[in-house]
Amino acid sequence: MIGLQHYLVVSAMLFVLSIAGIIVNRRNLILLLMCIELMLLAVNFNFIAFSRYLGDETGQVFVFFILTVAAAEAAIGLAILVVLFRNRRSIAVQELNTLKG
Amino acid sequence: MLFHSILFYVFATIMFGAALGVVFSRNPVHAVMFLVLTFFNAAVLWLMAEAEFLAIVLVLVYVGAVMVLFLFVVMMLEVDVEAAKRGLTRFAPLGIGIALLMVIELIQVIWLRSQVSDAASGFVATPEGYSNTEALGAVLYTEHVYAFEIAAVILLLAIVAAITLTMRKRPGLKVQDIAAQVAVRAKDRVRVVKMDSEKHS
Amino acid sequence: MYNYYLTIVLAPLLAAIVTGLFGHKIGRSGAHWITNVAVGISFVLSMLVLKNMFWGGAEAENISVYTWAVTDGLRMEVGFLVDRLTALMMCVVTFVSLMVHIYTIGYMHDDPGYQRFFSYISLFTFSMLMLVMSNNFLQLFFGWEAVGLVSYLLIGFWFKRESAIFANLKAFLVNRIGDFGFILGISGVVMFAGSLDYAAVFAGAEGIAAQDIEVFPGTPWNAMTVVCILLFIGAMGKSAQAPLHVWLPDSMEGPTPISALIHAATMVTAGIFMVARMSPLFELSTTALGFVIVIGAVTAFFMGLLGIVQNDIKRVIAYSTLSQLGYMTVALGASAYSAAIFHLMTHAFFKALLFLAAGSVIIAMHHEQDIRKMGGVKKYMPITYWTALVGSLALIGFPGSSGFFSKDLLIEAVKESHWHGQGAVYWIAYLSVLLGVFVTALYSFRMFFLVFHGEERMDAETKSHMHETPAVVTVPLIMLAIPSAVIGWYTAGPVLFGDYFGDAIEVSDDHDVLAHMGETIWHGSAGLVQHALMTPVFWLAAAGVFSAWYLYLKRPDIPETIKDRFAGVYNLLDKKYFFDDLYIKGFAAGGRSLGTFLWQKGDRLMIDGMMVNGTARSVGRLAGVMRQIQTGYLYTYAFAMIIGLTMLLGWLIWLR
Repeated sequence: MIGLQHYLVVSAMLFVLSIAGIIVNRRNLILLLMCIELMLLAVNFNFIAFSRYLGDETGQVFVFFILTVAAAEAAIGLAILVVLFRNRRSIAVQELNTLKG
Repeated sequence: MLFHSILFYVFATIMFGAALGVVFSRNPVHAVMFLVLTFFNAAVLWLMAEAEFLAIVLVLVYVGAVMVLFLFVVMMLEVDVEAAKRGLTRFAPLGIGIALLMVIELIQVIWLRSQVSDAASGFVATPEGYSNTEALGAVLYTEHVYAFEIAAVILLLAIVAAITLTMRKRPGLKVQDIAAQVAVRAKDRVRVVKMDSEKHS
Repeated sequence: MYNYYLTIVLAPLLAAIVTGLFGHKIGRSGAHWITNVAVGISFVLSMLVLKNMFWGGAEAENISVYTWAVTDGLRMEVGFLVDRLTALMMCVVTFVSLMVHIYTIGYMHDDPGYQRFFSYISLFTFSMLMLVMSNNFLQLFFGWEAVGLVSYLLIGFWFKRESAIFANLKAFLVNRIGDFGFILGISGVVMFAGSLDYAAVFAGAEGIAAQDIEVFPGTPWNAMTVVCILLFIGAMGKSAQAPLHVWLPDSMEGPTPISALIHAATMVTAGIFMVARMSPLFELSTTALGFVIVIGAVTAFFMGLLGIVQNDIKRVIAYSTLSQLGYMTVALGASAYSAAIFHLMTHAFFKALLFLAAGSVIIAMHHEQDIRKMGGVKKYMPITYWTALVGSLALIGFPGSSGFFSKDLLIEAVKESHWHGQGAVYWIAYLSVLLGVFVTALYSFRMFFLVFHGEERMDAETKSHMHETPAVVTVPLIMLAIPSAVIGWYTAGPVLFGDYFGDAIEVSDDHDVLAHMGETIWHGSAGLVQHALMTPVFWLAAAGVFSAWYLYLKRPDIPETIKDRFAGVYNLLDKKYFFDDLYIKGFAAGGRSLGTFLWQKGDRLMIDGMMVNGTARSVGRLAGVMRQIQTGYLYTYAFAMIIGLTMLLGWLIWLR
């Protein structure tokens, strides 16, 4: 019987996987952004699960807004990426260390 | 119910595999494709949780717009695939170790220590004639209308920001200045000269 | 009279300021005219004040000139207390100052710092007058410090000389030690009497004597004893009593006129004057008087002994001054304040005379000061010779000279002062002053014979140029010789046994040795002279002169033999009882090494190194460590967040 825990476990595993992706990934800034999208997806799962479990629509409304903001954030993030690429000719994460202390 | 569970597990597995593919694939285009697959499977799972509106929105907006955008950018940037193959595994053990630790902790919280019994953890049954879209709309435009408007503004903000960040002005380009053209006045262009009429004899 | 007082004090000050600031503009003759006229005016007015007071029967005046500050009930004023004691001091100070001013015109004739010197000696006159004319402790202290300052400036007048700089710093520092005691004494006065004004303090003197003060917890001492001893410590510094005497011989580094003015006649007598002025306080403390008399006796005798082995003409006279100051202090301790002041006055005249005569010889010898290189000067400088003879006779107490009256009566007073008991204090005091007469005669006539008589030991070059010094030098000598010879005869009676001092000096009845003497021994000046031949004092002095003649003129080989035989004693005297060694190598070197230690370890190492720089360096090091967290890589930051989150989760799940 599929219940709340199943969805929550799925959400947790997606989240953790995306974190691992951020830490492991060294080559590609775009991959970083994609891992962030995965993280947002995992959070959405969480909201949907609890919304259905509690019978309250507020969770789904929140997912709605998360989708909106994620879209906006992806757009701006990619714009920044493009400008960065224009200036640095590289999107390898390990070459972006000019803020080194 | 069994069919339901099998479907759930199948789609969850595919989704998880696709996510792994996103993280570990060499080619960034492949990674984007894997992400699309992940989203599709997520949408199916949401459908199974009776949140059909959001499932469709996920596919339409997220996959249709955002992922396409990602694909554009990936293809636009000439990423050195060869160089990208190197340097993956140095921090992999540590990252994966931490990830496993987190998973264990989360599962501890969610499953093993939760006090909700298996029977009661099911979803609330929806009444007859329940339309997810209608229910969402009823809440969205009444209680959360303020947030709705702000979300719209955020999207506008994203448009403006993205354009501002990436706009380049090419030097030496001749462009019409519409505003100047429209603001012209007659006396800037035409000069009336009074001349005596000449008589032909 | 008030205007007189102001003029007396301010005329030298004004002259000093003008000469000091505008010396170049007014030139050398302008400088000496202004200062001499100013001091001359002060002198004439002082004589008028004295005449008014003594013959005119004027009362003592206590005037407040200017209130400087009133804080917490304590009034700090500038004021004048002019009574008989003050008037006498004023006349002495201005007279000797005027003589020195005139003398300086000749002595410092070739010196580049001519105007500066005149400015300083006029400034000194001002300071000394402020001191003697003051009516409160604060002004006394001001005058006290000011004369110390001018003494410093004048000892180091030839500031390019290493020895002069050493000497003036030594003088100032030793004086400072005395001043420390002095200011503690003044604080004691303020603490107990609540006022700085003499009149208020003297009125409440009985009250102070009735109290006790616990300087060290558990041992109460009489408040008046403590205050008087502290005040006397100031006098010890200023009047060069042992052990704070070491600066006076070194002060001979300054030019001779100031040795005469400051270190013979006036500044060093400030301490004596102060104790006499404080007689209402000292009379109430027998212990303090005992302290005073013992210090004075020790100084009188032992400093005299040092005068015998000196070879510099000025040093002999310097040790003589130390010894005579000891005499005055002994008189103070015996409650014979009038005798002390009287001896102060006569000593001022003949000691200044001796210094100026020595200066005259030094000029003629082209600034040679070693008496072993002089001899037979009599034939070249007659005026100097005769005036020096008068001075020397006054010093040893030749019957009829002023020194005779003051010294003899002083010694008699000490002899009669049984009220200290017949114990050690009495005998120390009496024997010191008595034997000191022999010593005084010995050293003063040793110097006299070696300089003016005997074979001529100077080199041919100097001998050919030798002649009497000009009038500006010899006239002050003559003018000082006159009072050295005659003033004693006329003034001894009224000053000591008459009621000259009146209320200025208070002596309690059981201490009043002079009154006792006045009834028993005193039969007028002539009587004293006749009586002289029968006193041991006369015979001791004669023995001294005879010994000097024998040892240095008749048989000059004997002193050499004595020196070899008693080499240990000679060494002790030559090293000035090792006081200088103790002070320079002991205290001064100890102070310097302490300072160096504190500088190197305390300041440089600890404060600069560890606290100030160490803090900065630790911050730097810590920042250097913290800096490494900022790698600039995004994943590091994300990683840090994740780790934090994991740890938090772990704590929540497993440890709570």
